Amino acid sequence: MESTIVKSVDYNAYFGDNHVVKNVNIDIPRNNVIAVMGPSGCGKTTFLRGINRMHELIPGATAKGQILLNGEDVMEMHPIFVRLKIGMVFQRPNPFPNLSIYDNVIAGYKLNGIKLPKAEKDKIVEHSLTRVALWKEVKDSLTKKGSFLSGGQQQRLCIARAVAMEPEVLLFDEPTSALDPISTSTVEELFHELKKNYTLIIVTHNMQQAARVSDKTAFFYMGELVEYDETKQMFTNPKDTRTQNYITGRFS
Amino acid sequence: MASNHVKYRIGKSTFFKGLTILLACACVVPLIFILIYILQAGLTKINWHFLTNLPKPVGETGGGIANALLGSMIIILVASVIAIPFGILCGIYLSENKKSKLAYWSRLCVDILQGVPSIVIGIVAYFWLVKPMGGFSALSGSAALAIMMLPIIIRSTEETLKLLPDSLREAGFALGLPFHRVVLKVIVPCGISGILSGVMLSVARIAGETAPLLFTAFGNPYLSFNLLKPMQSLPLLIFNYATSPYNDWHDLAWGASCILLIWVLALNIFTKLMTRKWKVQL
Repeated sequence: MESTIVKSVDYNAYFGDNHVVKNVNIDIPRNNVIAVMGPSGCGKTTFLRGINRMHELIPGATAKGQILLNGEDVMEMHPIFVRLKIGMVFQRPNPFPNLSIYDNVIAGYKLNGIKLPKAEKDKIVEHSLTRVALWKEVKDSLTKKGSFLSGGQQQRLCIARAVAMEPEVLLFDEPTSALDPISTSTVEELFHELKKNYTLIIVTHNMQQAARVSDKTAFFYMGELVEYDETKQMFTNPKDTRTQNYITGRFS
Repeated sequence: MASNHVKYRIGKSTFFKGLTILLACACVVPLIFILIYILQAGLTKINWHFLTNLPKPVGETGGGIANALLGSMIIILVASVIAIPFGILCGIYLSENKKSKLAYWSRLCVDILQGVPSIVIGIVAYFWLVKPMGGFSALSGSAALAIMMLPIIIRSTEETLKLLPDSLREAGFALGLPFHRVVLKVIVPCGISGILSGVMLSVARIAGETAPLLFTAFGNPYLSFNLLKPMQSLPLLIFNYATSPYNDWHDLAWGASCILLIWVLALNIFTKLMTRKWKVQL
């Protein structure tokens, strides 16, 4: 029996007068990978950024409706608590260039001023890096700067940084669009591992990726949630003609 | 005929290239001449005695610029203590709030402040500080110089921080950092080399300012450490002694000019090295 972890109720997001996400209602089950796909400008990234309240950081951006995390409305919580429970990984790898690889992993603790004993920190770093399959590659260069790594390694470092905070949900905003095919497949393999402990919501441009990695897929078009179903169902037997047209490549 | 045309174009291109090189050299030449001239005139005057002694009265040979050297250092130090926190915080505000009304107006004010002649700032400091306090003081001189430092620090901080990608701030926010920690732990450390180079350049810029000190620090032939009393400084000493009719005093002025020049040069070179070393690779 799967339980809902994130639920949006009549969620609307705006940039000034521009209504970019329209009345989205979605139930996201725990320990699943959810792919959010749709053509450019359909509001999928904005919706994702609404979940951990990153949307409102942009000047002029507003939102209405509810996003429930375990039944609690994140719009009523302080954004800092929301973001500790809902981690995020961005399109381009963005490790902190002034910190070492080690410090990048525990950045969420270090920069928040949370003091931990050295042994505890070592444990978190090793554990998080192992989870993202990066430990073996970087264990001898932990003191080097984060920007020393390749793009794919940097992205996995950013995932480790999010994982280190032990969030409940991880949001990915087109996490592989800046990566080469080999790094992409490494990151995609990670999703299968990570969903054992977390719920992943992945925005992607790439239909094949959605089909490969996700349990359920949501299709956004012009700010609306057109269809939301099991990925297999969605790709073999879409209900809405717009979904069908998108999947068969009639528009993109 | 075609080849002639090509030759003509190659010639024109060579001429243009040569012209840019020539003009680039022309910019360097004045600095080199000034350096050579002042070093020639001043370097021979500098020795340990010159650096550690007070100026002698007219008629006595020897004497040094210890009071001006220390005075300059103190005045600049106090000016930095006033200007650096204000300047950096204002620069952070401007870079974080690109579009607010307050940012627009303060940016405009900073730009205008940069263009205010230094003598005007001196006069303003005279009316605001010297008159109410009842006398010339080093502190009022520092305040005048701090006002001159502000626009340089503010603009360099703002420009440096604006160049940092937004993704860096978002990375901080996404980890649940509050705004002040994103600024202090992520943004400022990544832009530290640019901020510090702005600070250094502003120090180099005010090291030679004379006009704001004329009505404020005033000058003092004796060694003084009291911030509330007049204090000597290098530019003031140069100004007073170079316009005097005595040869001994001219020598002191040359030596002091040389010291000031070396100081500013060293600061600039140091800034360049530091910026390179502390630069965060994005």
